[in-house]
Amino acid sequence: MVAAFGAVLVAAVGSGHASAVDVGVFAVAAAIIIAGAVGVVVARNPVHSALMLVMTLFGVAVLFVLQRDPFLAAVQVIVYAGAIVVLFLFVIMFLGVDREENIAIEPLRGQRPLAIGLVVLSTTGLLLLGEVSRWTTGAQHVAGIDAGKQSNVYLLGRSVYTTYLFPFEATAALLVIAVVGAVVLARRPPASSNPVDDRTDADAVSPGPLPSGEEPSAPAATTGAATPTADTHADTDTDTDTDTANAAADADADAAIADPVGSPEEARS
Amino acid sequence: MTISAGWYLGLSVVLFSIGALGVMIRRNVLVMFMCVELMLNAANLTFVTFARELHDIGGQVLVFFVLVVAAAEVVVGLGLVVAIFRRRANATADDLHLMKG
Repeated sequence: MVAAFGAVLVAAVGSGHASAVDVGVFAVAAAIIIAGAVGVVVARNPVHSALMLVMTLFGVAVLFVLQRDPFLAAVQVIVYAGAIVVLFLFVIMFLGVDREENIAIEPLRGQRPLAIGLVVLSTTGLLLLGEVSRWTTGAQHVAGIDAGKQSNVYLLGRSVYTTYLFPFEATAALLVIAVVGAVVLARRPPASSNPVDDRTDADAVSPGPLPSGEEPSAPAATTGAATPTADTHADTDTDTDTDTANAAADADADAAIADPVGSPEEARS
Repeated sequence: MTISAGWYLGLSVVLFSIGALGVMIRRNVLVMFMCVELMLNAANLTFVTFARELHDIGGQVLVFFVLVVAAAEVVVGLGLVVAIFRRRANATADDLHLMKG
């Protein structure tokens, strides 16, 4: 299917005045990009989606090279395929969500036809707009000339460090803020917080812990009744707390069971 | 003679539409993030195309900045996903209704 699409694209693009090599490279890269993008959307497994995303990113990098922009192509491969997709894969593996998802189930009625209709409408409109209108103003090299004897990397670096110096500094600040934000988000909650209260508020339907005034003589029973609710939402850092609470409750229950067994024996002897 | 800019822009439109479709119909938060990356790449392709068409280096500088913003967005977004998955196992976008009135 990809090959057929590429062949059609070669025939269509080649009707212009482009050279055969450019047409071939563009058609193959476009077929790879679209196949990868469709794969990202329709793949059931998130890992497959991430690998399809790598395919699309490589295709875009090829098109960057084709437009004589080798530096951004290298950055695209290194940053996107080398860092961002690896981060995606790391999170997928870390959370263990690499299960297959049944995408045939439609949770919201009419969502998919509506989304597909909207996308087809807007795509057709944009393509028609590009076909019937002039999309450039005619103004050329506003920020700096992208031509001449200098290399692409030289021009890009000079532009970043002179014309776009303030946005460049702002991106540095943005990266620092993102790193700090990621650290704060990934930080474990402090150990002093009550794990039961923290977990049970996520489900409004789950019953809360029993009122403590009802059974003042058995606090262990209250803990035992509350822990199954907390256990379903407990994460790794509160598992130890919950487990120790369970162990304490079990020990109390064992003592309570063993006690009436022991006392008749004492009475008998 | 190279390929005209219209083909690149058309490909960019199609790539952006597929990304938007994925954000609308998928429920897995991670896949939705990947579709956002597809849309950012479509914008990058448009920037590079116009940079070549107008002989302007500014488009390529903007792609550079978009890459930085995408990296920061992914870092913060995946941090949020990890924090959400700590509270609720197997969360999809439909399950995140804690702030519903």
